[in-house]
Amino acid sequence: MTGPGAWPVPGADRALERARIGRSAPRPDGPAKVAGTFPYANDLRVPGMLHARTLRSPHPHARVRRIDATAARAMPGVAAVVTAADVPGVPTYGLIHPDQPVFAPVGGVARYVGEPVAAVAAVDGRTARRALAAIEVEYEPLEPLTDPRRAADPRTPPIHPNGNIYRELTLRHGDPGARGPVEVVDSYLVGQQDQAFLACEAALALPAADGGVDLMLATQWLHSDRDQMAACLGLPEEKVRLTLAGVGGAFGGREDVTLQIHGALLALATGSPVRIAYDREESFLAHPHRHPARMWFRHSATRDGDLIAVAARIVMDGGAYASSSPAVIANAVTHAAGPYRVPNVRVDGVVVRTNNPPCGAMRGFGVPQVTIGHEAQMDRLATALGMDPVALRLRNAIGPGDLLPTGQAVPPPLPVREVIEAVAAAPAPPPATAATPARDRPGGRGAQADPARIRRGTGYGVGVKNLMFSEGFDDSATARVVLELDRDGQPRAVVHTACAEVGQGFVTIAGQIARTELGLDAVVLAPADTAVASAGSTSASRQTWMSGGAVRKASVAAVDEVLRRVAASLRLPPAAAATPRRLLTLADGAVTGPEAGVSVGLADVLAAGGPVDVTETFRHRPTHPMDAFGQGDCHVAYACAAHRAVVDVDLDTGLVRVVELTLAQDVGTMLNPLSVLGQVEGGTAQGLGLALMEELVVTDGMVINTTFHDYLLPTAADVPPLRLIPIEQPAPEAPYGVKGIGEAPTGTATPAIVAAIRDAVGRDLRRVPVRPADLVLPPDPTVYLAPPDEDPEPQGPAEPAARDGMGLSDATPGAGTPPGPDQPPAPGASP
Amino acid sequence: MTEIAIKITVNGRPQEAVVEPRLTLADFLRENCRLTGTHLACEHGVCGACTVLVDGAAVRSCLMFAVQAADREVTTVEGIAAPDGTLSPVQAAFRDCHGLQCGFCTPGFIMSLTALLRDNPDPTDEDIRVGLSGNLCRCTGYQGILAAARQAAPGPAEA
Ligand code: FES
Ligand code: FES
Repeated sequence: MTGPGAWPVPGADRALERARIGRSAPRPDGPAKVAGTFPYANDLRVPGMLHARTLRSPHPHARVRRIDATAARAMPGVAAVVTAADVPGVPTYGLIHPDQPVFAPVGGVARYVGEPVAAVAAVDGRTARRALAAIEVEYEPLEPLTDPRRAADPRTPPIHPNGNIYRELTLRHGDPGARGPVEVVDSYLVGQQDQAFLACEAALALPAADGGVDLMLATQWLHSDRDQMAACLGLPEEKVRLTLAGVGGAFGGREDVTLQIHGALLALATGSPVRIAYDREESFLAHPHRHPARMWFRHSATRDGDLIAVAARIVMDGGAYASSSPAVIANAVTHAAGPYRVPNVRVDGVVVRTNNPPCGAMRGFGVPQVTIGHEAQMDRLATALGMDPVALRLRNAIGPGDLLPTGQAVPPPLPVREVIEAVAAAPAPPPATAATPARDRPGGRGAQADPARIRRGTGYGVGVKNLMFSEGFDDSATARVVLELDRDGQPRAVVHTACAEVGQGFVTIAGQIARTELGLDAVVLAPADTAVASAGSTSASRQTWMSGGAVRKASVAAVDEVLRRVAASLRLPPAAAATPRRLLTLADGAVTGPEAGVSVGLADVLAAGGPVDVTETFRHRPTHPMDAFGQGDCHVAYACAAHRAVVDVDLDTGLVRVVELTLAQDVGTMLNPLSVLGQVEGGTAQGLGLALMEELVVTDGMVINTTFHDYLLPTAADVPPLRLIPIEQPAPEAPYGVKGIGEAPTGTATPAIVAAIRDAVGRDLRRVPVRPADLVLPPDPTVYLAPPDEDPEPQGPAEPAARDGMGLSDATPGAGTPPGPDQPPAPGASP
Repeated sequence: MTEIAIKITVNGRPQEAVVEPRLTLADFLRENCRLTGTHLACEHGVCGACTVLVDGAAVRSCLMFAVQAADREVTTVEGIAAPDGTLSPVQAAFRDCHGLQCGFCTPGFIMSLTALLRDNPDPTDEDIRVGLSGNLCRCTGYQGILAAARQAAPGPAEA
């Protein structure tokens, strides 16, 4: 267990740099990062490069009537201006559906504030900026569609040829009409969070002699960028080559294409290297955010506290373009009941297109929103039952073999009970007293909170998060391992993947895995690029399992090849030669086999036979699409987590101080314990931000706060010490038994903190983030409560068509024809 | 625009340039001196990623003009290791304690902490938290950074 103030410091043990799996090897990029010499994408410069800037629509919804770049093109120092007319290939791109124009075209429509309209390359940034001002764009403003509930109404005119509904999902499990004697019903609203990675988007585009383009950039998924770029540039994939530059954080915000195609277009148009980089305001406008959500829940239980049914409705605002919305809503719907055993579940989820900023991936990917909802409901249910909230959760904790709302059996291990018990048993922090110094009270020294007006509260947040890609996606990761001799004739391994290191520590883990499997200290990582096959995205808690699995597989194959070579030289009988691992081992740079009387240096094997060069692709067990009732084996694995939060609230100001956070998490096998700790602490801090301060405020489609002055991030003074209780239960299907660890705690920190505030102040908080005003002013029903007509449940007999006029009735076309409440399917039935 | 000739000592080396008055110290360091270890994450004084020492005081180089640093000593993250490349105690502590993930905030934290520990070699945890609360980190949740600060603090014996 790691207690507050007890971060296990490894000290300056240099041997740890060569550590194998299981120990806290330091980051191999650490020395360059602390020396200031690590090159981030926006540090890249080449002689003669041009500077690019992007012209963006100031309107949430407008027709582009005319673009005149004549004056801009004529300006001294301007090398090129590109617009939609200059896109040689497919005019649109997108992660799942290519529905987003590279530039809003003349005659077409710009659908959000910040949508790109043109881009300029000039000799310096200032000239580029002046050129943007010289581009004349005539807009015809159109009525913006900014209310997601209106967007879901089929009578609302579509704002895009693909319509206003990205995806609508119906999940029916068990008897969807089931109810219980004790019920709690409420609505919740979650605001829009930004990934706010610290290094803004940047890339360097280099035109290539073969007519293609090389791009060095910060991204999460090189191959997805490459494929989208190639399509829009009208180039074959092999002429679009990407190399990962230093990435300063990502958290989902670099999963989508932003500046990649613009930079490449300008490099190809000018024949010069082009640097394209955003500042913070442009970063806020350019990448998709976390989906804001409105949610309605009804939890039904027996009087003893056994959950009978969960009904939920989720409306997510996807903003102007699809991004990963279709996958996000699937996560929200399938996780809506939380880590609990619920025999009867009905969830209706929809994610819609509006003229708000596009939303896509952010750490947790649809799950943090519903975790806020289901955890609030569990507390309300505990109150209604007169039960302890921990006891209620333990009573209903799901476990291996139980059925999830998708009808899948929980893949083992999933220690939900253990994580809850662990946080509940952790010692509580000492109470605040009159002697607590002002800086340790809510608001810190500046607020001078009156100790008599401070209330303490404790809350719990428990959640589960799927790992890796779902719903039948062919999820793969490739690694190449080369064993060769270095200049001094010593053997070394070069590990090459396209896995994006964004800060999470894959470079550390990859080295540990390769050293473990190869029995070799000298392991170097080649830069991540598209010269090797895809690693998939650095997202979905997947890279340790997936690219880690690929590195392991390729390392094992490399060892096999070495042993085969040695075995071949021994003229063994064919049966023995076919299984050289029975006789020989590679360790510490030598192949030995006492039985066969062999001892040969790896250097000699490589000198005699040349380098060993193997490439292997790793896949997890296949998943399957859901049927029309949301049933199916759609997720491959899960991790669970529980947070306990302790807060102090100043009743006069509504300021909150998070006193302590305890986290128990299902971590599988920890390959690098300090990396695990760093990931869960970072995830927890982001959950704290969503609970208390982080919200992109969007009014009539306009983003109001595009700076760090008004989009607030937690500081060292806001984030309390975190106690981590790792629950180590190896995942049998995973390499070394690992589990992805970065996402689960982001989802559970927020509801735990909100619950602790509720406990402190005795208010039903339905809106996240919780703002000071929400704690001291009378509840504003328009803010706190979703309108009653969002209740998807016809009370009494079913009347599907006339119920709410929001297009979310059970009879919605396109989502199959799931049964109404009066005609429940058999448990787990398929249509 | 009137340009101004300035001389700034950066990491012990005199740097002369003719600059526009509106050039920030951060841009001077990054573009003119090619010292890209000083990072920009907000460019308006909130994140602390651009922190450098000017005559020993920690300042946000995005909020200071290069001309204001004329005839002063500026130290950036590239200038605090020993001449042979040995990392400073603060740098080494960040590396050893997992005080960084993406590392983009790290130079700013290192410079803030270097100034903090010089003024207060034996800080309490609260002193460190408050002292570093002007620097944002999005990755770590700060606990590894606080551990690095504790390890790097010389302590009362050397105070
Ligand atoms: S870049 Fe200077 S404080 Fe953020
Ligand atoms: S390590 Fe990424 S912002 Fe601090």
